[in-house]
Amino acid sequence: MSSQPHYTAYHPKWYRRPVSVWWWLERWPYTKFVLRELTSLPVGYFALLTLWQVRALVEGEAAYNRFLTRLESPAFVMLNIICFAGVLFHAFTWFHLTPKAMVVRIFGKRLPDAFIIFLNYVGWIGLSAVIVLIWMRA
Amino acid sequence: MPKSLTPLLWFLFSAGGTVAALLFPIHFLVAGIAVPLGWLEAPSYQSVLDLAGHPLTRLYLFVLICLPLFHAAHRFRYTLYDGLKIKHLTILIVTVCYGTALVGTMAAAYFLLGRL
Repeated sequence: MSSQPHYTAYHPKWYRRPVSVWWWLERWPYTKFVLRELTSLPVGYFALLTLWQVRALVEGEAAYNRFLTRLESPAFVMLNIICFAGVLFHAFTWFHLTPKAMVVRIFGKRLPDAFIIFLNYVGWIGLSAVIVLIWMRA
Repeated sequence: MPKSLTPLLWFLFSAGGTVAALLFPIHFLVAGIAVPLGWLEAPSYQSVLDLAGHPLTRLYLFVLICLPLFHAAHRFRYTLYDGLKIKHLTILIVTVCYGTALVGTMAAAYFLLGRL
């Protein structure tokens, strides 16, 4: 008797309901998930925009002013408003995800999710205020 | 993708996600919308240069650029896997996503440490 495993050449394919490419538009939680994942594009875009600004700064005053003028074009303003909304969506969803990803215990007691979310918002507002203050003094 | 890199990539994802969540909205609002629309006056070139010349600002800008780049690369990689079901293109996807982040990081290091 052979101990070799033995495979059939043909494997039946189970029936699967075809799923539309737009499956994520059927329910809001799905839509929210896909939009949340797609915030990677605006986040990456703003990181590159900042890099571009640093480059313009290094190249000299003329290059820096060209950069500022370019951002004033309607196309850039539109793109920036859309991407800003995406970055904001990333921030909100991220603040609400942290208690799920990171459980904080103090004296063996788990900190309530709402408290961690609250701390995120406090940190966010505080840091934003500091950045605006430094920017105003420049 | 070597398995040993996975923890590092997830670390960069979460660190970059936190940096982007806490710091990007205000920077984006000021530099990307308020200044171009004229709601706020842009600071003079010299004062921006002075501010950016400080070592702490350089470090800050470096972190501000490169961590979110890796966050976005990692997240977009999985969007391509799950959303478009193109897992067989792994090598191409990984190269394009992390490659962009890596080139951006090197460029940031070059401008912030070498040229500024």
